[in-house]
Amino acid sequence: LKATIRAFLKRLKTGILVFFNKIKLKAKKPKITLSTVIVHIVAWLIATIWLIPFLGVLVASLRPFSEVQFGWWNLQPFSLNFNNYIDAWTGQTTSPLSTAMLNSLIVTIPATFLPIIVSALAAYSFARFRSRTKDILFLVLVLLQTIPQQMVIVPVFTLFRDLNLINNYVGLILLHTAFGLPWQILFLRNFFSALPIEIEEAALVDGASHFKIFRRIVLPLSLPALASLVSLQFVFVWNDFFFALVTILSPSAKLAPQIIPLLLGRYELNFSLLAAGSVIVMILPVAIYVALQRYYVRGLTAGAVKG
Amino acid sequence: LVIFVLYPIFDTVYVSFLSEGRGGFVGFENYNYVLFQKVNPLINIPNLLQGVFPMGALVHNIIWICIHLPLTILLGLAFAVLLRDVKGGTIIKAIVFLGIVVPLVVGGVLFRYVYDKDAGIANAALRVMGLGPYARDFTQFRDTALFSVILGSIWIWTGFAMIAYSAGLEGIPKEMYEASAIDGATRWKTFWRITVPMLRSTTLVVVTLTILWELKIFDLVYVATRGGPGGASSVLAFDMYNEAFQANNLGTGAAIAVILTLMTFGVAAYLVNRMSKP
Repeated sequence: LKATIRAFLKRLKTGILVFFNKIKLKAKKPKITLSTVIVHIVAWLIATIWLIPFLGVLVASLRPFSEVQFGWWNLQPFSLNFNNYIDAWTGQTTSPLSTAMLNSLIVTIPATFLPIIVSALAAYSFARFRSRTKDILFLVLVLLQTIPQQMVIVPVFTLFRDLNLINNYVGLILLHTAFGLPWQILFLRNFFSALPIEIEEAALVDGASHFKIFRRIVLPLSLPALASLVSLQFVFVWNDFFFALVTILSPSAKLAPQIIPLLLGRYELNFSLLAAGSVIVMILPVAIYVALQRYYVRGLTAGAVKG
Repeated sequence: LVIFVLYPIFDTVYVSFLSEGRGGFVGFENYNYVLFQKVNPLINIPNLLQGVFPMGALVHNIIWICIHLPLTILLGLAFAVLLRDVKGGTIIKAIVFLGIVVPLVVGGVLFRYVYDKDAGIANAALRVMGLGPYARDFTQFRDTALFSVILGSIWIWTGFAMIAYSAGLEGIPKEMYEASAIDGATRWKTFWRITVPMLRSTTLVVVTLTILWELKIFDLVYVATRGGPGGASSVLAFDMYNEAFQANNLGTGAAIAVILTLMTFGVAAYLVNRMSKP
C-alpha cells in the first residue's frame, strides 16, 4: 500500500514540475519602453498612497503626541521613543493591552482550531458520501455563509445571559466556531472533492477504515488547504469586533480590538497613544499574513476564481 | 451550528415581531417604527427629499454601495492588470492588500488620523493645494462624515478586488493573448475583448462579496464616526447595535437585523442562482 501511494505522489510531483517549467519557458523578457516606465511609476505611486496611512500611524506611535499634533511629517522637534507603546501596553488610561492581547489569544487559538477540526470531518463526509439530505444540508450551508453577525446576536445575547456566558470566553469561542463552520466546510469540501479518489480506494481495499483513511491520507494531502483555513480563521477571529463587543462586557476581560475605541478617549484624542495601540493590535494578523501569504490569499480567492 | 446560527435566525425573526421585553405580538409595528418613525429612522423621507444628512441608515447603506462598488471594482481590476507586469508587483499587491488584513477597528483609526484637522494628511494636502479653508475634521461634520468613511472603506476593500482579479487573470490562458497579438489587436482592444469577458465569473463573485461586505460594515463606522454626528453616517449594522445593546430595544434591533439579512439573502440568492447556471 505504502509503495503505491509513494509512487503516485512521485508521479504527481514530476507532473507539477513539468507543468511549471512549461510556464517558465513561455515567459519572454519584456522590452523596456516608455509605457513600461510610466506603468512602473504609476504602480509605485499607488503603493505610496496605500502605504501613507500606515506610515503615519507608525511614525506617530513612535513620537510624543506634542510633536505630531500638527502632522507626523513635521520633523521639528524630532525624538523617537517607545513611551507610547509602554503606555498602551501597561494601560495608563485604559485597561492594559497586555492582558487584552493575552485574552485575545485565549479566544483566538481554540476558535481557530476547533471549527477546522469539525469542518474537516464534515467536509470529508460531504465530499465522499452522497445522499439526498446532504444535498439539502449543503444548500443550507451556502445560504448560511451570508448571514450577518447582527442577525444572530439578539437571541445569542439572551441565551448567553441566561446561561451565564456573558464575559465568558467559552461562549465566544463556540460562537466563532459556529460562524466559521459554513465557509470552512464549503472550502474543504471543494478541496477534498478534487483529491484523487484512487489512493483512498486502494487503502480501502487494503482494509483501512474510513477514519484511518481520513487521518493518514486525506489530512496530510490537504495540508495547504488547512494552512489557508488556519490563517484566514485566525485573522477573522482576531479582528472580530462585533461579537466581542456584545458578549464581553467586563473591562478586564476585553479583547485587544475592543481596547482601540477606548483609547480614543472621551474628550481629547492622544493620537500617539492610539497609534501605538493600533500597531500592537494589528501586528499579529499582519505577521500571520506575511508568513502565510500564499495560503492566505489562495484561501480568500478560492471561491472567487472557481466562479 | 444549529444552536448558534439556525435557532437564532428564527428567534430573531420572532423577536422582531414582539413588542419590548417580549411582551405581546405586535405584527409589523417594529418594522414600521424602525423604517419611518424612530428619531433616526432607517429611511428619513423629509431629509432624503432635501438631500440633507442623516437620510437614515438604510439609505446610507445604499449610497455606500452606489459609491463603493463601482470604484473598488474598477480600481481592483485596474491595479490587477497594471501590476501584472510590473517589477515588484507582488510587493505592491501585498501593500495594497494589507488593508484587508488589519482589523477594521484599526482601519477606523487610520482614517480618523488621515482626516484629522491638524494632524491629518488629507487636510495638509488640501492646504498645500490652496484649499486651506476647506480643511476640517472630515469625520465630524454631517455632510462629509459618510463620504469620508466610504472613501476609507474603498481604500481597505480595493485590495480584495485586486487580489481576486489577479487570481482570475492567471486563469486566462496565455494562448489567447498570443493569438490576439498575432491578429494585430491593440492593447486596449485585447483588454476589452479578452480580459474583461474572461473575468466575468470573477466579477460576479467580487461584486456579490463586496455588496455583502458593504452591508455588514460595522467596526469602521463604530471607530471612525460612531455613526455621527447625529446619525449622519449611521449604517444598518451600526443602528442595529445601537438599538439592541445601547438603547436595550432588542425587538427593534431584531427588526433591523431582519431587514439587513433580507438584503444579504437577496444578493446571495442571486449569486447562487447565477452560479448554478453555466
